[in-house]
This record gives sequence, C-alpha cells and structure tokens, in this order.
Amino acid sequence: MVIAIGGVAVRVNTTDSDFLEMLHNRYAGFVSVDGSAEFEFDVELDAPAAANPDADVRVTHDSGRWLLERGDFRAEWEPAARHGKIRQTPNPYSIDAVLRIVHTLVLAEQGGFLLHSASAIRNGKAFLFAGVSGAGKTTISRLAPSDATLLTDEISYVRQQDNRYMAYGTPFTGELAKLGENAVAPVAALYLLAQGPENRIEPVAVADAGRELLANTLFFAEDPDFVHYAFQAACDFVHHVPVRRLTFAPDARVWDLIG
Amino acid sequence: MHKKMFIARSPRIAARMLGEEMLVMSGHDSTLFTLNPTATILWQAADGVTPLDEIVERRICSAFEVRPEDALQDAEELAENLAKHGILLIAEQPILEQPVGKLDARKPSTSLQELR
Repeated sequence: MVIAIGGVAVRVNTTDSDFLEMLHNRYAGFVSVDGSAEFEFDVELDAPAAANPDADVRVTHDSGRWLLERGDFRAEWEPAARHGKIRQTPNPYSIDAVLRIVHTLVLAEQGGFLLHSASAIRNGKAFLFAGVSGAGKTTISRLAPSDATLLTDEISYVRQQDNRYMAYGTPFTGELAKLGENAVAPVAALYLLAQGPENRIEPVAVADAGRELLANTLFFAEDPDFVHYAFQAACDFVHHVPVRRLTFAPDARVWDLIG
Repeated sequence: MHKKMFIARSPRIAARMLGEEMLVMSGHDSTLFTLNPTATILWQAADGVTPLDEIVERRICSAFEVRPEDALQDAEELAENLAKHGILLIAEQPILEQPVGKLDARKPSTSLQELR
C-alpha cells in the first residue's frame, strides 16, 4: 500500500494481511490509489512484545543511510536508493513514528517542517495553531465551525512550494484521535496559542516568533546539516508568514477572529 | 604585554538576524541562543583576522560610553564565553581557516539560552 502525506508518497510492503488491514484503517484518506511512490519501506514484523513507545528516538546519519531507533522499532533508510526497512512489532504507533521522522527529513531539505500545531482551512486559507501540550490545540480544533476543514489537531505539515507555504492535512492525531482531512491550502497565519478570559489577537515580535516556531518544530536528526535546515526554515517562515498570539476563551466565538 | 585575541565565527553555527535580535543555533546540539547587542557585534565582526582590541575600539567603544580597557576586558570574557558554547573560535593568531570536523551526535533540543 502507498501512504501519501503532504504530497510525498511512501510505499509500505508487508506480507502480513492483518497488519496491512490495520494500516488501511489507520491511514484511511491518505492511501494513494495511483500506486506510485517516492520511497519504499519493507516492514518486518517481530512477535508482539512489550516495548516502550515513549523511549527516546534516536536518528543518526552515516554514509547516506539514516538509522531510526526507538524502544519499539528500528528502521534503516537510504534516500538515494529510495528504499528502507522497518523492524517492529505489529502495532500502528511504530510505523507512525517512522513516517513522521521520514517526513521531517524530506521536508527539511525543502524548507518545510512538521509543527506541533493544529491546522485548518477556512475560506481557502490555512491557519496554524501552535502550542505545547495543554495550550489549546485540541480545544481550538473541537471549536472549529462547520465551514472549516480540519487538517490536524496535533501535527501540521508545512511545505514551501512556489514561494508560498502550504499546509497539508495529516493522519497524525492528538487527543481528538480524528484524522485530518487530506487537503491543502496556502498558509495565511500562524497563531501561537494561549488560553485566557477573552478572545484577542496580538502581534508577536519576529524574533519571538522564530524562537516559538523552533520550540514547536518536530526535530529528530542528530546532524548539523539538518540543524541548519530547520533553523533557516523557521527563520524564513516567520519572515514570510504573519505570526500572532491568539489568546482565547474556550468557546466557538474565537473562530470569528479567524479566516 | 597583552596578547592579541582573534575571533572567528564557528562554521558549526547557524545564525540569523530576526528583527533586532541575533539568533544562533548550535549545529552540535541544536541549542538556540539569543545574542545580546555586544555579543552580536562580536559575532558580526568576527572575521578571524581583525584583532579583538580593534573590534572593541571601532565597534564597541564608538557605540557605548565605556573605557577601552574595560570594554576590552569585558569583550574578552564574552568571547571566551561564546567560544565555550561553540559559537566563536578564539586564538592568539589570525584564524584563516575554520575547521569543520565531524560533530559528536548528541540528543537534540530546542532549549533557549540567553547570553547576556
């Protein structure tokens, strides 16, 4: 099967029909029907065993090959060969983590990033809502009006294309446990979330915007080139996209300010 | 006689002026720093061949009301502090080549530190 997120298609090969069915259910809406893929991963399944998915991720690079490791998986990936392999137990979390890492690496070289933020499309424009856990990503997603298309309640996918930043829907879920829509729109604004007694939008100094964006960017690689890419991508983004502080009371009127 | 100090920007650092603040990120461990105005002057002037006392005289004493000898002492301490964080290279001779070695792999973070 081919899982296409953010326009990047990844083929996942497995001989286990139960695992394949689980992937189809997990990534419904992001399964590509045309079958072509930029990268391919062979999945080898180990017998179910206790593993700690909260263990630290380690992502290292050597001689053109990435090694991705966590308590519950080990993956190798050679981008030049467009091929990799994943060894894991049959669970949806391990391959989800591998996909997130692979996408951060693919995006980094293109000036894009994955961001801890909810995102939604309204009136043809995408809005990102960033914040640490508890800042209100899930709440603002729950409050989204019916004319808003929810791209994600947890991990936003931002690509630079044709001198614009585009936000794509992702299947990477947070507390809502609801897949984002597989849709895309140009990013109109990034809101830094804060909860308060009233709804208001305030300007953010560009350096603060850069710091907060970096603090919320998913970042795995222990590699100086990728540190550089992530840093420059964040700085470029805050120069081109309005970044505002959005303080909101937890009611739907906050969406009157958005769109 | 006071030894000359030369300073150069570390090639392992990504840096960018955002608004009026200089942000630098270590390629070594992805720590993010915000440089204060004096550190920003040092960073921008750190060409490896201009002695620190000249930088201080031209760029710091002209911008701040400070005695040259005090400014130089402060600048040397600041440069050493920046070097400890891998932001600047310091030497007693001009730094003509900035070596880029293989970096140790360390757990990345996006913690913020201010150098003031």
